This record gives sequence, C-alpha cells and structure tokens, in this order.
Amino acid sequence: MSNIRKAFENGKAFIAFITCGDPDIETTKEAVKKAVENGADLIELGIPFSDPTAEGPVIQGANLRALNAGTTTDKVFDLVRELRKEVSIPLVFMTYANVVYSYDPDKFIRTCEEVGIDGMIIPDLPFEEKEEFEPYCKKYGVDLISLIAPTSENRIAMIAKEAEGFIYLVSSLGVTGMRSEIKTDLGAIVKVIRENTDLPVAIGFGISNPEQARKMADISDGAIVGSAIVKLLEKHGKEAPSYIGEYVKSMKDALR
Amino acid sequence: MSEIFTTKPPRRAQPKGKETPMSNANGRFGIHGGQYIPETLMNAVIELEEAYNHYKNDEAFNKELTELFNDYAGRPSRLYYAERMTKDLGGAKIFLKREDLNHTGAHKINNVLGQALLAKKMGKTRLIAETGAGQHGVATATAAALFGMECVVFMGEEDTKRQALNVYRMKLLGADVIPVTSGTATLKDAVSEAMREWTSRIADTHYCLGSVMGPHPFPTIVRDFQAVISKEIKEQIKEKEGRLPDYVLACVGGGSNAIGTFYHFIEDKEVKLIGCEAAGRGVDTFETAATIATGKLGIFHGMKSYFCQDKYGQIAPVYSISAGLDYPGIGPEHANLHDTGRAQYVPVTDDEAVNAFEYLAKTEGIIPAIESAHAIAHAIKLAPTLDKDKIMVITVSGRGDKDCAAIARYRGEDIHE
Repeated sequence: MSNIRKAFENGKAFIAFITCGDPDIETTKEAVKKAVENGADLIELGIPFSDPTAEGPVIQGANLRALNAGTTTDKVFDLVRELRKEVSIPLVFMTYANVVYSYDPDKFIRTCEEVGIDGMIIPDLPFEEKEEFEPYCKKYGVDLISLIAPTSENRIAMIAKEAEGFIYLVSSLGVTGMRSEIKTDLGAIVKVIRENTDLPVAIGFGISNPEQARKMADISDGAIVGSAIVKLLEKHGKEAPSYIGEYVKSMKDALR
Repeated sequence: MSEIFTTKPPRRAQPKGKETPMSNANGRFGIHGGQYIPETLMNAVIELEEAYNHYKNDEAFNKELTELFNDYAGRPSRLYYAERMTKDLGGAKIFLKREDLNHTGAHKINNVLGQALLAKKMGKTRLIAETGAGQHGVATATAAALFGMECVVFMGEEDTKRQALNVYRMKLLGADVIPVTSGTATLKDAVSEAMREWTSRIADTHYCLGSVMGPHPFPTIVRDFQAVISKEIKEQIKEKEGRLPDYVLACVGGGSNAIGTFYHFIEDKEVKLIGCEAAGRGVDTFETAATIATGKLGIFHGMKSYFCQDKYGQIAPVYSISAGLDYPGIGPEHANLHDTGRAQYVPVTDDEAVNAFEYLAKTEGIIPAIESAHAIAHAIKLAPTLDKDKIMVITVSGRGDKDCAAIARYRGEDIHE
C-alpha cells in the first residue's frame, strides 16, 4: 500500500504546499519541519519552474524567487535527503512536466524513490498524457497523483479508476490562489469519485482559513493549502518557518 | 476561386514515433504535439476538437469563411514576381507571396477569421488572445469587432512598448489590452497569461491561439486555416510558371505563416521548404530565439516540441528584435518536419533581418514586417547561389509599418510614432 495513505490516518488530512528554495533551501527545510511538528499530514514540495502556467501570482512569485536564489532540481533532491533524516510523513513533489522531462523521467523518478518521495503532482500532465511518466512511477513505486477539476464532469470516473495515492480535487476554475468563496458543488464531484475509487480525496485551490478548511474537509478527506503558506514566506522570508508552524497548527486544529 | 478554405488534407505518411492510443491520437506530429494542459482545460479542448471536426466539413461554414476570406480579408493574396530583386541577386527567380496585403496587414487574419467563426458557432461570446508583435492581437480584435464579441488581448509589457501603435489599434477596435509583467514580459508570458485566463473562464470564452502551437487541436486548426497560403501559391505559380517552385521560404516563430506556406508542398518532395528562425544577436549568444538551432526536446505550453531551455528544463529568456518571433518554442509540426528532414530551419540574425528590411523597401518598394524580413534575409544569401532557372517563393507574412520606429532606433535614429 502506498505510504500516502498514512497522511489520511489522523482524521482529516492537512496538506501543506511549500515552494522549495524560497527564499532559500535552508528556510524550506525549517518550514517543512515546523509544518510537520504542528500537525501537517503530508507536504507538497514545489520544484520551481520558470513558467508555472497553473499558478496564480503568489506562487508564481515564489517560483521566481526560488530560481533567482539558484534552486535546481538536484538541490531539491539534496533537500529531501536531508529532510528524510527527521521527517517521516509522506512527501510529494509538485512540479511541471518539463522539469521531470528534462531531467530524464527514469532518472528523476528513480531519484524520487531513492530520496524518499512518495508521489508527484504534475498539473500539466492530464490523464491523456500520463503515459509520459506513469511507467516509471510504477517501476519505482512513486504515486502519480491525479487532479480532478470542476470541469471534469464525464471524465471523473475515468480518472478516478486509474488514480494513485490520493485524488487532488481542484476546488474552483482558474489558477492557484486564495479565494473568498468556493462555489463549486464539490459534494457532487466527491460522490462520483467515491463511486469509482477507494482513494482518499483532498481539496485544494483557494483555501486559506480554518473555516474553509473545515468546510472542505467535511465533504472530503482533507484540505490542501499553498498560496496562504507561500504568502507567509513572501512576507517573512527567513523568519517565516515559525509563522508557518503557527498557521499549520490553526488549520490542523480546525480539522481535528 | 470557388473554395479557398480546403478541408481535405493532402495525402501524407502516418507520423512515426510513439503514439498514445487515446483521444489525442491525432494530435501528434511524430513524437511532438499532444495535450499537456491542466485537467481544468481538458473538456474545453475536447469540445473545441469536436466542434472543429464537425464544422471543417460543413458546407455552410466553409462558404461563410470563404466569403470572409475573399470579401473581408482581401484574399487571395497576390503572388508577385520580384523582378528587381531577382536581377539584383542574379540567381533564382523570386516570387513574393503578399500576405502583407491582407486586411490588418498580416497572415494572422486567416486563422483568426476561422477561429472566430468557429467560436461563434460554438456559442462563445468572448475571445481572448496572446500577442507578440501585436499583429495577432489586432487581427483578433478585428474579428471580435466584426462578430460583435468581447475581446481581451494579453501582451507582454515589453512588447507593448515595442509595438505601441498596435496597442492603440487594438483599443480602437474595442479590445482590452492587458500588459503582462510576469517572466520576461514578452510573447511566452502572454501565452501563459492567456492560458491562465482561459482556465478561469471557459464557458463563454474561446482562446484564439495565434500560432501552430499549444495543445491539440490548436496546431491542427491553425495550420488548416493558414494552409490557404500554400494552396494559393500552388495555383498561382502553376499559372505563372507552369510548374512548382524549387524553394519555399517563410519566417518561423511559433510557425503559423511557415506551416501555411509549406503545407500543400509537403508531399511534393522536390520542393525545398526552408523556415527562417530569429537568431537575435547570434546562435552562439544567449540573446537568441532560434529554437531549432539552440533548443532541445521538452514539454511546455501544452505541447511536446523543441524549446530553448537550460539543463533543468527552465525555459530560457529568449531575445529577437522581432517581437513576433521572440518565442522559446516552435510548433510541433515544424519540430517533426525538422526531425524527418522534410524542412530545413536556418537562423537569421537581427542585423541580417534589418538589412533585409531596408533592402526590400529600396529594391521592390515593399516594407516587410521585421518578422518576414528574416525570410527575405535568407533569400538574399541563398538566391545568388542558385541557377537562374530555379524558382523561389518567399512569404511576406506581414507589412512593416509597425516596425519603422523600432528599426529607426536600431539605426540610432529616434522618431516619434
């Protein structure tokens, strides 16, 4: 069984996203540790990409800062090696297809397995193109996590049936970023997902406060938060980890 | 001419390479192409593909489009024998395909009229587009005005400065122009921003992509609408010379005018196809946009193709004097034409393009777009090496009025637009 299941064994899961190398690798390491200490159940580690087309301005900014600070795929792998000495919760990568492709998919996913990455989320790799990386994911036991969107409709069953790890349900149209309100009828989508898979479902995009997280977790198995955490890094830089710890605690408390 | 928009593709070999046996099986050109986009957009591109497959064989649709091409855009565009240029260069006989004479001043209108009509049939009321030099933005704003649709154009902030006149034209036509400040603030960032916008608003909005790039079905749709260029060339050159040309040249950014120029010659193996890429300050510098010369295989903006990038797959900040060719990738069909050796891609520097811009103005009284001047520049090198009985066709993809201020600046002269 996938290690990712463990993230969903402590009640509703709180999943935190952090862009690696923003403002530097050392801060990322501290931020991840603080998030874990304060109850995060799974960490999504973003490998920065020059042109993140699925991201809103906040995470775009983080990608740019991380790249300007000299972050590379190899440095991110080193970071995970370091983190794995202290962190045992599931870790997944979030990055774009070209980052994996240019590294050589076999080598990239083999290294994921070697350093202790449990899965990967590639927003520009839909169901139709998953053959690109899936054979290597199966070979090395790294889960290729599927996204389902409010527009997926007739595609939900097809995607859910072949999904691995957990289902990443995108809450709203558009790119990542905080939203005051989430209007999609997510309950109906979760229902169709449940009919087609036993995998846990976590909801992301637009979630920033404990009330939203609670609301999302009520209809699913967990909440994913990215921009709100990245915003703390943008604001506090190297001082951000303690703020992130506090924030994660408030979010996880709302989910308990 | 009874039917300008051809729906029947010429016979061609099945593409080689690995294909996924899925809904996008037709979206591959060899190993290139595909649909590498967020799940949120998948149903939108599937809906677009279905609509296109329906309307491309629809008689009424084709009739309406042909009328728009002929009566509104001024097609067919002329194939002009450039006698002075031919004599001056002393080699191959040179013909210019005058896409610069189309309404709005470039080949971009061919694709836009097709897509806007398709969008209208699909019930969309709003067009969004990216633009580099501003020609595609102007064409989209024009079609939106014509069809009574809302229009939003994304343009790199850097390009809004280089092409201020086109920004004004788009606004005059009723479009909103959004300057894009992310990344390098040029064409690739405008594409990214238009994709983000489409992700957030799909129901009433069609993304009118301007080149033969992006996810399937865009490279096919845009190519089919631009293929009118080579269809006309073929008829016109047969009428004038009684035979096919030996060389066909066009400039390549994403590659829409080039694929339009090549398409109906792909099966005519004796016709040499040459795409002219923007080398900027040279392919041995970092300030270049020559994708085939300097790029490597990658996945970006919805497609697998060649991209200028670093060893970790970060997309390179490319450069060219031409805002329209200033793009780090190339359309997947071109990537495949390169792989199979069917077409040749050559780099042309800023300097060579500016010289060609001035040369065509002085020799033929035609001011080409700086993009098109890249193709002229290669012709200036190639034609003198060829026998006089050879025939060369060069597509002048657009007119150069928009570039005069920038070329003047390049020559050290500051003029007010």
